[in-house]
Amino acid sequence: MVELALPKNSRVQKGQHHPAPAGAKKVKTFKVYRYDPEGTENPRWDTYDVDVEACGPMVLDALIYIKNTMDPTLAFRRSCREGVCGSCAMNIGGRNTLACTHGWEEVPGQTCTISPLPHMPVIKDLVPDMTLFYAQYASIEPWLHTKTPEPQGEWLQTPADREKLDGLYECILCACCSTSCPSYWWNGDKYLGPAALLHAYRWLIDSRDEATGERLDDLEDPFKLYRCHTIMNCAQVCPKGLNPAKAIAEVKKMLVDRVV
Amino acid sequence: MTDFRTPRSRAQGLGAAGHGVGHWISERVSSVALIPLVLWGVFAILRLARSDYEMAVAWLASPVNAVLLALLTVVSFMHMHSGMRVVVEDYIHRRITKAGLLLLNLFVCALFGALALFSILKVALSGGAY
Repeated sequence: MVELALPKNSRVQKGQHHPAPAGAKKVKTFKVYRYDPEGTENPRWDTYDVDVEACGPMVLDALIYIKNTMDPTLAFRRSCREGVCGSCAMNIGGRNTLACTHGWEEVPGQTCTISPLPHMPVIKDLVPDMTLFYAQYASIEPWLHTKTPEPQGEWLQTPADREKLDGLYECILCACCSTSCPSYWWNGDKYLGPAALLHAYRWLIDSRDEATGERLDDLEDPFKLYRCHTIMNCAQVCPKGLNPAKAIAEVKKMLVDRVV
Repeated sequence: MTDFRTPRSRAQGLGAAGHGVGHWISERVSSVALIPLVLWGVFAILRLARSDYEMAVAWLASPVNAVLLALLTVVSFMHMHSGMRVVVEDYIHRRITKAGLLLLNLFVCALFGALALFSILKVALSGGAY
């Protein structure tokens, strides 16, 4: 549902300020969204003056620095710290990206604002609830569907057919795209979102898959697929440089090919 | 979490409606059709601006002008209905409001489209003699 203002209990208030440690050489302020599910208070913006000389180059390094030395109560997800796991997706400087591959120097100005992925239920601080997002991915059945009896070896594919999966298989399901999409914000319960649709296309054009028609049947819906209005935020924010909007356009073209 | 529905069940919802491609095609077809029709319409109005009442009626009595103007009107209203419908579906989620606005959209487009079409035909078919 479109809401122009946050509900009363979600309005973000001014929070605490954590000054830089004495003797800090170069200071950058990180303004971080904080929400404690156990308390009764509204979310707040806490500010941390980080001695960036003392931490690594990425926003994730700064968050780990904050958690280790300034405020151990800060919660965020992270794992691989090299852009392959997708855990640390968050909104940095007004843009969804991975904290581990985005340098704090890339964020212009003295203050770097960090909030959870937009329009997702927040579990705590920078940790959003991804349950529905993953279920939407599962609903496109992201595995090979076949009717022909299993071959002796593997299912074969020409190098040219394999190349069609490039630009799709690299998706790490970080949800930067889906949560940057206004259509997903307003209709995330019914619209599958760019990430799930990119994966749907990845299986639709897999030369080994034998359920293309059934897959298209499951997508032909005014909401599941056609809420995509080619806004292109997905392609703009993808930290892996993929283009979900193009994949969705290809799905729409496949549906046209069925009837024209 | 207030109920025990599984996330997969929530994600699947009511299943795929099995339509949407027709709407998508009609949006594009009407857009393409409107490019020449609107260009012609603008050109025609600019030309008519310098003529008087009788000349305008005579112009509309010509079959080519009458048919093109009727097509421009009908396709415009259909395109408008289709676009407004998507806007309502995008932004309005309360069932009663949504149903009301979808009906209003349909009725307004149908009424004004029909009125415009009838007016064109009336002038065109009576040849100005009324």
